[in-house]
Formats: sequence, C-alpha cells, structure tokens
Amino acid sequence: MILGKVVGTVVTTISHPHYDNRRLLVVQPLTLPGDAAEGDFIAVDNTHAGIGDTVLVNREGNGARQALNLPDGCIISVIVGIVDSVHLPSLK
Amino acid sequence: MLFGRVRGTAVCTIKYPDMKGMKLLVVEPLDRKLKPAGPLQVAVDVVQAGPGDLCVMVRSREAALALREHTFVPVDLALVGIVDELKVRPDGEFDFTLKEGYQRYT
Repeated sequence: MILGKVVGTVVTTISHPHYDNRRLLVVQPLTLPGDAAEGDFIAVDNTHAGIGDTVLVNREGNGARQALNLPDGCIISVIVGIVDSVHLPSLK
Repeated sequence: MLFGRVRGTAVCTIKYPDMKGMKLLVVEPLDRKLKPAGPLQVAVDVVQAGPGDLCVMVRSREAALALREHTFVPVDLALVGIVDELKVRPDGEFDFTLKEGYQRYT
C-alpha cells in the first residue's frame, strides 16, 4: 500500500456498473522531502475518507477486488484505511 | 485509475480477433490539474464517451475485466467513467512530504 492525501472528489454519473454508488477520490501520494513528487491518481473510497485525509491506498487489482468484494471488478486503486499517525525515526 | 481526455477515434480492421466490435478512442492521460500527463494512447470505450470528454480510465488487467464479456483480450486501457464534476483543492493547501519523527494526521 502507499500513503497518500486526498485532494479532490470526482463525480461520474455514467460509469461502469462496478463503480455504481462508490465514491471516487483524487489522491496525491506522499513522498520523502527531496524526492520527486509522484503523479496523482483516482481511488475508490472504501473508508469514507474526505478531502484532506491522509489515507492508505491499495494500488493492486487483486487486493482491490478483495477489498470491495467484487470477484471480477475493474478497479485498481482502493482506499483501505485512514492514517492517524506516522512515525519515521529517520528519513535516511 | 486516472483521468483521460478523449482526443479522437481509432479504427482497426486487422486486429486480435476477440477485439471485434470494441470502440477504440484515442485518449490523453491527464493529471488532477487536467494538464497532459503522458503520450496519446488508445483505450477501449465502455461508457460511450465522445470526443472531448473527460473520462476515468483504468489500466492493466482491470481494463480487460471492464469489458462486457470477460474474454482474454489484449486490452490494457479502458474508459470506465465520464467525469461530470471535479473538485480539486489548490496546490498550496496540503503538504505532501513525509516528515521525520512522529507525525499525527487526525
């Protein structure tokens, strides 16, 4: 999984059936200071995260299918947790 | 999943047989600020998107799973949603860097 911050919401009325009544959030991954910023992406919200939350995102299809209980779902990124705190003793 | 702008259509007569009847759209991946984030690519359309539509795209095996009948087709990019509304916070609002020590987020 990766650490990311929710920066936006996406509303789609016409979408694939697997995306019905699921919230789509725009997530920007967190990176170490000095590293290049990674690209943002869209994730399906599974834990009622909102804008500004720091979240745990699973970016692998198999894990996403299990998290959403969709045996053949076409969803890759799923928010699987809201992070309370992170402890990094040293950034080296 | 990622954002994509439909830039045009592609027609293929000689292709993988199972891909018959699949609508091919030329799309451009975008980032959250709707700036181009990659080269033009061809995606299979599942939601009847037209030229100029902002769409949600999915890559890799999930793109093949998004198709109606789950045949084993060599498709790795599919349009799975048409964006109606997009609300994104401005850049300076959040800090995206991990800090040393104990960092509390909630």
